[in-house]
Amino acid sequence: MTQGPALTDEVRAMIGATSEPDILEVERGAIRRYADAIEDPNPLFRDVEHARNSRYGEIICPPGFFGWPVKRSGRMGLTAKVREALAKAGYPRLLDGGVEYECFLPIRAGDTLTAYSKIADITEREGKTGKMTFTITETTYVNQNGDLVVKARGTMICR
Amino acid sequence: MAKQVYYEDVEEGMEIPSLAKDVTTQQLVKWAGASGDYYQIHYDKDFAQATGLPGVIVHGRLKSSFLGQLLSDWVGEEGMVKKVSVQHRGMDFPGEQMTCKGKVTKKHVQDGEHIVELEIWTENPRGERTAPGSAVVALPSRG
Amino acid sequence: MPLIERQGKVEKQLYFEDVEVGSEVTPLAKVATTQMLVRWAGASGDFNPLHYDETFATSQGVGSPIVHGALKRAWLGQLMTNWIGGQGFLKKFSCQYRGMDYPRKMKTMTEPEEGETWWCKGTVTKKYVDGDQHIVECDIWVENGQGEKTTPGNATVILPSRA
Repeated sequence: MTQGPALTDEVRAMIGATSEPDILEVERGAIRRYADAIEDPNPLFRDVEHARNSRYGEIICPPGFFGWPVKRSGRMGLTAKVREALAKAGYPRLLDGGVEYECFLPIRAGDTLTAYSKIADITEREGKTGKMTFTITETTYVNQNGDLVVKARGTMICR
Repeated sequence: MAKQVYYEDVEEGMEIPSLAKDVTTQQLVKWAGASGDYYQIHYDKDFAQATGLPGVIVHGRLKSSFLGQLLSDWVGEEGMVKKVSVQHRGMDFPGEQMTCKGKVTKKHVQDGEHIVELEIWTENPRGERTAPGSAVVALPSRG
Repeated sequence: MPLIERQGKVEKQLYFEDVEVGSEVTPLAKVATTQMLVRWAGASGDFNPLHYDETFATSQGVGSPIVHGALKRAWLGQLMTNWIGGQGFLKKFSCQYRGMDYPRKMKTMTEPEEGETWWCKGTVTKKYVDGDQHIVECDIWVENGQGEKTTPGNATVILPSRA
């Protein structure tokens, strides 16, 4: 496919778009499966007794885990629209460019988080293998008490 | 579990204990289930090759999670991981060992918190940093 | 009449009196994909590489990754719970993994390639009343694209009665 200008009007119009909020019920089982998958034996993520006697009082999420699924439908719906527009412009191949998260409060099993995502920016850059586009998604996670727990930024690369 | 690390134990320039990971195709499928990311480039060789990759590759977010473990192991139960930033620069393949490393770049007290900043990264067997990043953690103080 | 909603359709409840020996269980179509197998691994916790790793599957002599038997069993469970409705009860269930099935590859992140479709089917073999229970027994199976029964089994269900 030939690559035209990446930031078409259609792509540009997506900057600032927001997703429907996602509700994430943070479950002990999901935390354990996540810890299993990364092979992290830390008892804070697995052992209820241990966690009860820690300063957290309950199993907590490992850093980077904010409830299952990691790729939530609201945010994915939002980035899918950007991907579609970028694919039309000749950038159909997708890579996960990176992640950044800032933690404000621990996330405990039993918490219910609400996640709000926004397309913060879309840029283009000449890479080693041709032009690449960077879509930055910002997500804010709020817990059941209305407290901000995490702010995350993801980078989607389409090329 | 390792001994609790304190702010006073830390010096700028010091390396933190590294974490080795032997990623298998099985771990990628476990990660797919645990994360809910079912993109086929991480388990279907033909699909991966059709998108121009040499074979199935390790999920970027799995590498970020390994770096999260590197940090939560180091800060211990009294510490807190406050901020993590990771760029997925290079590809990693199942069957190759990956090492997660970190180095202290700065320490300072801010609003009563004992803050340590680090450079973090994953390294492939050729010594290339495939997922470089940075982190901010808070440690307990003996003071 | 109580109605149940399933797969976007509102269906009628099935009653004991609606069923005869030889009646067909409403068939259910399934498309196994490499992605479905990975989802199943995560949902079931069965991470045997036989179901996703080409090299491993080849070394085990099955050629390429095969569909989990337990996934086909789960399809047959769905076949029955769809058919008996909200007021029916699945009392007994068994199946045997006789033949291997190979998933379709994926064309995109959401669409499978062209290929085989599996059908879950069943027929009623017996109906009787035992005490106050209205019981129906069925032969059930998963059929591959060539019409071969790769996963045959049996199910016993209790249906509500109009009587």
